[in-house]
Amino acid sequence: MGLKENLHKLKKKYEGKKMAPAFNALHTFLYLPNETTHSGSHIRAADDLKRTMNTVILALVPCLLFGMFNAGYQHYAAIDETLRAAPLANFFTMDNFLMGCITILPLVIVSYGVGLAVEFLFAVVKGHEVEEGYLVTGMLVPLIVPVDIPLWMLTVAIIFGVVIGKEVFGGTGMNILNPALTIRAFLFFAYPTWMSGDKVWVHGAVERSKEIAGGANLDAISGETILGSYAQNQDIMYSLQDMFLGFIPGSVGETSKLLIIIGALFLIFTKVGSWRIILSTLVGALIMGLIFNGVISAGWIEESSKFYGLMNVPFWQHLIIGSILFGAVYMATDPVSAAQTNKGKWIYGFLIGFISIMIRVFNPAYPEGVFLAILLMNVFAPTIDHYVLQGNIKRRQKRLKVKTA
Amino acid sequence: MKQEEDLIIKFATANINLYRIMSKDIKVRKGLDLRLKGEAEKAISNAPKSKTFAIKPSEFHLVTPKLLVKEGAKVKVGDPIFYSKANKEVKIVSPVSGTLTAIERGAKRVILKIVIEADAQQEVTDFGSLSVESSDGDTIKSRLLEGGVWPFIKQRPYDVVADPETAPRDIFISGFSSAPLAPDYDFVLKGKEKELQAALTALSKMTAGKVHVGVRDKKSSVFSSMRNIELHSVAGPHPAGNVGTQIGMLAPVNKGETIWTLEAQNLVIIGELLLTGRFNPERIIAVAGSSVKTPKYYRAALGMSLNGIIKDAGLNEDNVRVINGNVLTGVKEPMDGFLSYYANMISVIPEGDDYEFFGWNKPIFNKISTSRALTFSWMQPNKKYELNTNTNGEHRAFVLTGKYEEVFPLDIYPLQILKACMIQDLDEMEAMGMYEVAPEDFALTEFVCVSKQPHQEIIRKGLDLMYKEIG
Repeated sequence: MGLKENLHKLKKKYEGKKMAPAFNALHTFLYLPNETTHSGSHIRAADDLKRTMNTVILALVPCLLFGMFNAGYQHYAAIDETLRAAPLANFFTMDNFLMGCITILPLVIVSYGVGLAVEFLFAVVKGHEVEEGYLVTGMLVPLIVPVDIPLWMLTVAIIFGVVIGKEVFGGTGMNILNPALTIRAFLFFAYPTWMSGDKVWVHGAVERSKEIAGGANLDAISGETILGSYAQNQDIMYSLQDMFLGFIPGSVGETSKLLIIIGALFLIFTKVGSWRIILSTLVGALIMGLIFNGVISAGWIEESSKFYGLMNVPFWQHLIIGSILFGAVYMATDPVSAAQTNKGKWIYGFLIGFISIMIRVFNPAYPEGVFLAILLMNVFAPTIDHYVLQGNIKRRQKRLKVKTA
Repeated sequence: MKQEEDLIIKFATANINLYRIMSKDIKVRKGLDLRLKGEAEKAISNAPKSKTFAIKPSEFHLVTPKLLVKEGAKVKVGDPIFYSKANKEVKIVSPVSGTLTAIERGAKRVILKIVIEADAQQEVTDFGSLSVESSDGDTIKSRLLEGGVWPFIKQRPYDVVADPETAPRDIFISGFSSAPLAPDYDFVLKGKEKELQAALTALSKMTAGKVHVGVRDKKSSVFSSMRNIELHSVAGPHPAGNVGTQIGMLAPVNKGETIWTLEAQNLVIIGELLLTGRFNPERIIAVAGSSVKTPKYYRAALGMSLNGIIKDAGLNEDNVRVINGNVLTGVKEPMDGFLSYYANMISVIPEGDDYEFFGWNKPIFNKISTSRALTFSWMQPNKKYELNTNTNGEHRAFVLTGKYEEVFPLDIYPLQILKACMIQDLDEMEAMGMYEVAPEDFALTEFVCVSKQPHQEIIRKGLDLMYKEIG
């Protein structure tokens, strides 16, 4: 008796029972089910939702691994500034990786543990199969939060995000907002001090500042993000190369633009991610950046203005600072919450990029506008689709009118 | 005023007709050719004689059968067995002469199957021949109705047996099939030019519009030399051969219009009835699929038992699925089942009722996929595959977008129309183009669907709902 037969027997035993979805979720993780076609086409293509989601996860793994090294690197570099002189040499070290494991693996475990527990619970209570949507969400969440976020906050946010962002609408495929971003938004509005400022992006910075306040004789650790520095019209201490390769503070997975671009190419090549959305988001961001550059060169704005710093960023550099690239590739492309028509995707992506940079410039208190822009466009996506569909419907009506005229 | 309006209308319709008369070259850009193993070899055998025949009323969608004969009755070829409750004149006739031995019923006494035991000596009811050239449309129509070939004419909207009361705007026939393993029409229709011409001429008299025939090659098709038709060439991948695709690209169905569609093979039966006055149930079918030992063509008869043919062709394995029709749109049939009235082929493929270890994440080389998510069919576009009936995943909510559009050539939003059908929003369904579609148009979107949604079933239910509510 092999494993296959035993599992099959168990499946038959659980059939119709309350726990069947939970068992099936684990079973189908091991084995592609023995289900055959009942109506319509007798043959089906090889892809299923698990494979699709798995592809997105594969595209995210490099970002996660890099984020682990970076967590350690930023921590040690904040203590010993000399490390920054040669980032390449000091980056891929065992120390950095171990520090990354200690700080980031708990985030991953909490993210998957809590999120999947909620998913299983809903599946069992509502008696439907466990859908795979959370496999990607669970991977995204640790990548878009600051390293030192307390785990209980993350737990609360995930429960909120999965229940309110997804399950109340009917689960995977029915949600209006991107669940990962709902979690991020919850954290941002519920615990703003943990989501912005110059302390949260580097492991140990917050604790260190507390110790200093308590009278300890230590050097303060600071880890301002580039956007934060710009927003305060400060000088940027990182080179363009550092920004592109990702040796900078920021959310866990967003820093390495190189790896995000590789991930994007992988998603586009596998036809899992929508190139229309990725491209149009970047175009939208560049155009908004160009407009702001134009404002600066027209001299409409004083150098003392608080918007000056970010408006003056060369338009193309907007793509390598902050998380616009990460958002465009992994967040905006979520097919459920994005526009669903090909034409609509162009408009949807363009507006995300456009609004992201607008928020970035006009909101110096919290200069990361991507996630707000995506959430906003999530809400508008059905409206965009509606008008695209109206075009098709009008064409059909016109055809009819010509005939009956 | 009134006269002016009439003039304008006349002028406009004349223009439209002018525009429609032209023969066109269509190129289908979106679609997918599925290359499967087990293509039928171009050799025709006679199917072994069948003792039992059966007619399944469910094949004639939405026709509620009213029986005309009882169990034990003697029937000849061409004798009516039942008529449609909605229209007495639409009759389904016996494909064989013999004794009606059983009427199998299911839940709510729905008739599942009418079984007829064949006599040794076949007798045929003679309706007398009809001169197609000199007859008018109404005469031809009543002959087609009484001769029992009317059910071969289907209509859009709704993809049901045509309503004889409604005159069609146009008639569309696809002169080839692009479905997986489908028979080569030029091969099976060879030598039937006389019958085809008779049927086409007859059809041309029943519409104010045209009889449109789409073929691969305007020069070499059996339809090339036919008169009274409009010939169009259609290039591109499947579903180029679907009549729905050709309608959509030539002149889509508008609200309030009716068009008729026919399978090219059925023209032969219609033509023969008109020429000889006899209903000839004979048809050449392809028997194909990776489970068939010697896939080839058979000279078979409608409603005949499949036992003999399958035994003759041989099977490579035991656990197989027999399909009346092609693998995308056909109907599952038990091994000892019967040839459908509409089928032009029998497909036999392996059942896929087995688990596959880590089937969802390991690289896949032996299945077709339109993505490249560790699936590698894109590397070998000409490889032939041996696909089974496994769904390759579980049913899920719609998640991915933009996938269907790649294989769906009509100017309709497939995902949105499916959702409109699921929520039974009649206004939305109508606005998005339900009058133009048939379930078979959604066979490819169903094939590529990552969420394994039953597209054809959703569309069929949507059409049925519209038929019931709007008619």
